[in-house]
Amino acid sequence: MAETRQQTSRGAAKARTPWRDQLRSWFSHHRRSARDSAARLRNAPLSSLMTGLVMGIALALPTALFLIMASIQQIGGGWEQAGRLSVYLTPDAGIERAEALADRWIENAAVGDVTVIPRDEAMETMRSSKGLSGTLDFLDGNPLPHTLVLTPDRAYREASALEDLAERLRQADGVDEVKLDLAWLQRLNAMAEVLGRATQALALLLVVGVVLVIANTVRLAIESRRREIIVARLVGGTDSFVRRPFLYTGLWYGALGGLLAWWLVEVAFWWLSGPVGRLAELYNSGFELQRPGIDEVVLLLGCAVVLGWLGAWWAVHRHLRAVEPE
Amino acid sequence: MIEFRQVTKRYEQQFTALRGVSFALGRGEMAFLTGHSGAGKSTLLKLIMLMERATAGQVLVGGQALEKTPRRRIPYIRRHIGVVFQDHQLLFDRTVFDNVAMPLQVTGVPPNEIGRRVRAALDKVGLLKKEQLNPISLSGGEQQRVGIARAVVNKPPLLLADEPTGNLDPALSSEIMDLFREFSRVGVCVMVATHDIGLIETMAQRTLELSGGELVQDGLPTALETRHG
Repeated sequence: MAETRQQTSRGAAKARTPWRDQLRSWFSHHRRSARDSAARLRNAPLSSLMTGLVMGIALALPTALFLIMASIQQIGGGWEQAGRLSVYLTPDAGIERAEALADRWIENAAVGDVTVIPRDEAMETMRSSKGLSGTLDFLDGNPLPHTLVLTPDRAYREASALEDLAERLRQADGVDEVKLDLAWLQRLNAMAEVLGRATQALALLLVVGVVLVIANTVRLAIESRRREIIVARLVGGTDSFVRRPFLYTGLWYGALGGLLAWWLVEVAFWWLSGPVGRLAELYNSGFELQRPGIDEVVLLLGCAVVLGWLGAWWAVHRHLRAVEPE
Repeated sequence: MIEFRQVTKRYEQQFTALRGVSFALGRGEMAFLTGHSGAGKSTLLKLIMLMERATAGQVLVGGQALEKTPRRRIPYIRRHIGVVFQDHQLLFDRTVFDNVAMPLQVTGVPPNEIGRRVRAALDKVGLLKKEQLNPISLSGGEQQRVGIARAVVNKPPLLLADEPTGNLDPALSSEIMDLFREFSRVGVCVMVATHDIGLIETMAQRTLELSGGELVQDGLPTALETRHG
């Protein structure tokens, strides 16, 4: 008891522990809280999984939508192709006329590149594409005109500039029709914007939902560990000491929810990939659902963990102060 | 170690739990706090523990006036006070060892030292062999001794006990009182709240008696005996 005597001779003077030990024990409490919270989740696997799934579903939905958005924007990336002008000449205009027009238009500042597609070549292309060859055999001759494909210069890729250019090209001799297929792209972009906004709104709502779910779960955890909190407070546990295990609980729920969300997205995309591929093929499009990459997965898990922590923090902030010894 | 200067505690609805209580308890001193239930024993202990704040007057612990202590400083005050409860406040979801280790974990004692100190405390109360058991499997007296080990594991200069022998038979009670006396001999200030008059008489220690929130007696139990006689 000599040690006790020494200690008590200092009275209530603070029993200081060296800061290095303090730091080590701080880390050790973090480790212990993390391990203990994880063990508690494991000990109630079904209810942990339920909470994780609620979170996972809520996170999977916006994640999937964001990924679909990104895939759609990739079609938009084919703007360069879609922005091309197809100039169909009148049937009586010969190949010389086509060459002459090509030579003249290439001088135009708005035109980046001109390709002449002779009628025979166009016919060959049609014949080689599926389903049409049989039909084409019924035709007597080649009804196709010579075609010029213009790629506009980078500076003239605005929709209005392209309309102007198309209008000017229509005036030229021997031109039958100029097709500028921008409408579908504009529609697609408009739709993508609507979908994007909707996704953002949905994501925001679901994020709030996730935080509430975790907050409620952690509130219940606080209730069930009331006695422990009271004892910790009685023996001199600080607020952050008492708070720590619950914040880790939220963090683990976040991680679990994030992993489940990732898994759900992968499963859903795998399930959809067949039909989407067939649909894209029918449209002759290279459209493909983009599976989440490393960046997206890291972002998803990071967000999930932060949301779990936020929910726990909120619950702790609201309810822990009320748990005081009486 | 503890000093009360004209301390009054009034709850809402005009109920006054303590009225102008003054006393001082030095280092290594042991005292009983007695009185009928509702006399203010619990309130007095709660004021020392900072579970309640005095309405008027001053409470000093270790020379520090408590009334100005901000909420976030309360844990650091409590770390210097060991408390033994009547219902011993043990946690049944962990071992005896982990129960006793709690005050050390809270203060950030390095893990390797926790083991040494917990075993020293358990040895002191004679429960070293039961460290890995769940306290629920122990007898009432053993549970109370685990509570005592937890209260002293941190070597606090002040030890409070609220009805520590409330549910124990006389033999166990005097065993526990002997433990308290031993702590006071090594310099710990011990305050035991109890209404067990028989126990107080056999111990012959300074006794503070509360009645209706007022300190009516402060001295050796002989005087008390005549009053109750």
